[in-house]
Amino acid sequence: MVDPLLRVENVSKRFGGLLAVDQASFIARPGRITALIGPNGAGKTTLFSIITGFQQPSQGRIVYAGEDITGQPPHKLARLGVARTFQIVQPFVGLTVRENIAVGAHLSRRSRTDALAAAGDVGRAVGLGDRLDRPAHSLTVAGRKRLELARALAIQPRLLLLDEVLAGLNPSEIRDIVPVIRAIAGGGVTMVMIEHIMQAVMKLAENVFVLSEGRVLAEGAPQEIAVNPRVIEAYLGKGAATRMMAAGADHG
Amino acid sequence: MWSPVILVPAILNGLMTGAVYALIALGLTLIYGVLHIINFAHGALLTAAMFAAFFAHQWLGIDPYLAAVGLTPLFFLLGYGLQRFVIGPAAHGEDRNILLVTLGLAVVTENALLYVFRADTRTINLPYAFDTIEIGTAFLAVPRVIAFAVVIAVALALWLIMRFTDTGKAIRAVAKEKFGAELCGIDVAHIYAVTFGLGTACLAIAACLLLPTYYVNPTAGNAFVLIAFTIVVLGGMGSVSGALAGGLFVGVVESLSGLYLGESLGQIGIFVMFILVLLFRPSGLFGERT
Amino acid sequence: MPILAVVGLLAAVPLITSSNVTLNFMVMALLIALVGQGWNLLGGFGGQYSFGHAAFFGTGAYVTAILQMRYGVNAWLGFVIGVAAGALFGAITGLLSFRSGLKGSYFALITLAFAEVLRIVASVTPITGAGVGTLVILDLRPEAFQFQSRAPFYWIILALVGVSLVLTRMIEHSRFGAYLVAVRENEDAARALGVDATMIKLGAMTVSAAMTAAGGCFYTQYFLFIDANIAYGPWISIEALLAPIIGGIGTVFGPLLGALLVKTLGELAKLVTGGAPGLDLVIYGGVLVAVVAFAPRGMAGIFVDLRRLLRKAQERGDG
Repeated sequence: MVDPLLRVENVSKRFGGLLAVDQASFIARPGRITALIGPNGAGKTTLFSIITGFQQPSQGRIVYAGEDITGQPPHKLARLGVARTFQIVQPFVGLTVRENIAVGAHLSRRSRTDALAAAGDVGRAVGLGDRLDRPAHSLTVAGRKRLELARALAIQPRLLLLDEVLAGLNPSEIRDIVPVIRAIAGGGVTMVMIEHIMQAVMKLAENVFVLSEGRVLAEGAPQEIAVNPRVIEAYLGKGAATRMMAAGADHG
Repeated sequence: MWSPVILVPAILNGLMTGAVYALIALGLTLIYGVLHIINFAHGALLTAAMFAAFFAHQWLGIDPYLAAVGLTPLFFLLGYGLQRFVIGPAAHGEDRNILLVTLGLAVVTENALLYVFRADTRTINLPYAFDTIEIGTAFLAVPRVIAFAVVIAVALALWLIMRFTDTGKAIRAVAKEKFGAELCGIDVAHIYAVTFGLGTACLAIAACLLLPTYYVNPTAGNAFVLIAFTIVVLGGMGSVSGALAGGLFVGVVESLSGLYLGESLGQIGIFVMFILVLLFRPSGLFGERT
Repeated sequence: MPILAVVGLLAAVPLITSSNVTLNFMVMALLIALVGQGWNLLGGFGGQYSFGHAAFFGTGAYVTAILQMRYGVNAWLGFVIGVAAGALFGAITGLLSFRSGLKGSYFALITLAFAEVLRIVASVTPITGAGVGTLVILDLRPEAFQFQSRAPFYWIILALVGVSLVLTRMIEHSRFGAYLVAVRENEDAARALGVDATMIKLGAMTVSAAMTAAGGCFYTQYFLFIDANIAYGPWISIEALLAPIIGGIGTVFGPLLGALLVKTLGELAKLVTGGAPGLDLVIYGGVLVAVVAFAPRGMAGIFVDLRRLLRKAQERGDG
């Protein structure tokens, strides 16, 4: 088996009295899409922030491409090929779509002209081709999500962490963006996605980790996870799995 | 040099001065705690209040302590109006704009005072200004004792307002969660203005407490507000008890360092302390970093 | 290209008029344009609002004066060292502030505090001439950076402004500039894209301080006198931010446009009051509030809006 590109080892994060992440471990295999799911407040976004250097873990380490990268600042990680999107989109509102993406494209290109040209290419690839010269603040939610994706892609990452890129989109918008994500994976980028929309997870991810109250609860293929009683309980409360089984038996 | 005969009065005097610092800091921290802005016009407004108290005595013969009764509501209204009709609308909800607007107000106020009253330094003569009372081995100036008592009373009143009145509860709600408060039907613009008014009213009281023993000129307020900034950063931005404790602490430090280092170093000392506090205060203090 | 045209046009002013009053006015306006461009680089492009650019202006001014008067250094060399000293001071204060994570109100506060500390220090230490100030001995030779008439001074400050315009334009079109604007718009997002936000802000502050210090150095040569309130006083911190904000914050020509306007307003105030202290600053403060309230993008923004209106009117006329 190939070595994982990303290995999160026993990471914990404490905020005062609250243990937001509790000995969490997971891996992302190269070229695959790994999903991180779990109820709100499970610590998924905190984990992303730790992996990308925005926060320091209280404990544990992050190994990327065989190297310990724990505690490296975000900009250094970006230069190593780690990109992320933000759950709450963070566009540079005063700039155009093209200029937004160009900030990412500059990482490997000094020249302004080259960066703007590359930004155009990435923008078209995520379906923003017709809005490149519009100001970023004029975009709809779906447009902003695409912009978030495009900017991260523009740094030509090896590892891309997507924090709920589908949240807030309507079903047809989701249908439109799923192939974009799949194409990115097809291009060899390893992805980890935090996602609540289970249909999308089912379609996209090859491996799923379930986080609850800061701990990794279960791991497996999407089909296994969907029927795992512990996962159902984490989402719906204690006893939910048994009730559902019982209900299922009644109807069956 | 270290004998209690010198030390105790120095500490007591420091506490008295510190009380007025605390009051000025209280206004600043109240505004920061609720509006999350640093009011750069605080110093100029204090100067304006000092001028108001000065002329109340000069022209109308009103004792500064009595003038406080009228000036406090007046400055509350002034602060309310400034926030409601100038700062709020002008800022378009951008923090950077608020900085510029309060700076602009400070420049206007300070220089208008300079233009009208010139750079002259003025003082008023009060029969009781140099009266002292004896507490143990210490002789304390009467105006300072009065100031200390008034500040304690004001802090208490403010605490009661915050705790028990509907407006106070609304202020605390807005400070904690602006959008939530708005959803509950609280008029946030009004609460912002009330808070700004309360902060400005603190300045009117402070000015009336200062005037019996202090001079006034168009930049008189700045020195105090710088100290207030230091106190507020030291005590924690937005923390009322921090402002009180910080104010008393800085007053004592200043009094003792004046005793042992001489006055001239004092002003630079405060700035240096201010810069050090800003740079090296642990990160917990800055909302932006947590 | 527009830079060349504007500078060329302005260069002709001394050929048209020999009035000392006019030239003096223009020199002061260009000085503020230079100092304002310094502020604009950090505040306008980088979003870090400094309330204490006097710290850099005064450092440049004093270093030039002291090197000449106490160490017999040539004025031109003194100028270069003055700019370097300002840049160095900017780099040091920037490093301290940005590494401590100061931004927004806190950054404004600490820059204000640095300027005030320097003002107090300069008004008591002997090397700056303490309360009396420092005079530069009259030596009207070009080698000493002193001239018989005002025209050479005018061309020198114009050249400095020209350099600052070109430099700002180059930064605007560079990776550094793109990163700087990204940091202004959203620091976290920029960092996630590989931008070392601290270094970018530090770079901007250093260049910003150098430009502003150049203004201070020029001031010393032009007036041959400097004291603590001129060098480190709040007036220059305020004019430094007023010019770009009125002219158009974060634009190349904003500071120049704003400086001309600010100085015109100042002159009008003087006409009305006969030079009583305070009133010009009252007007500046009022204008600052008004611009933030009603024209947040300054004159540049108003021009853009006007052009759009005109185009609309034209289209309507055509159709």
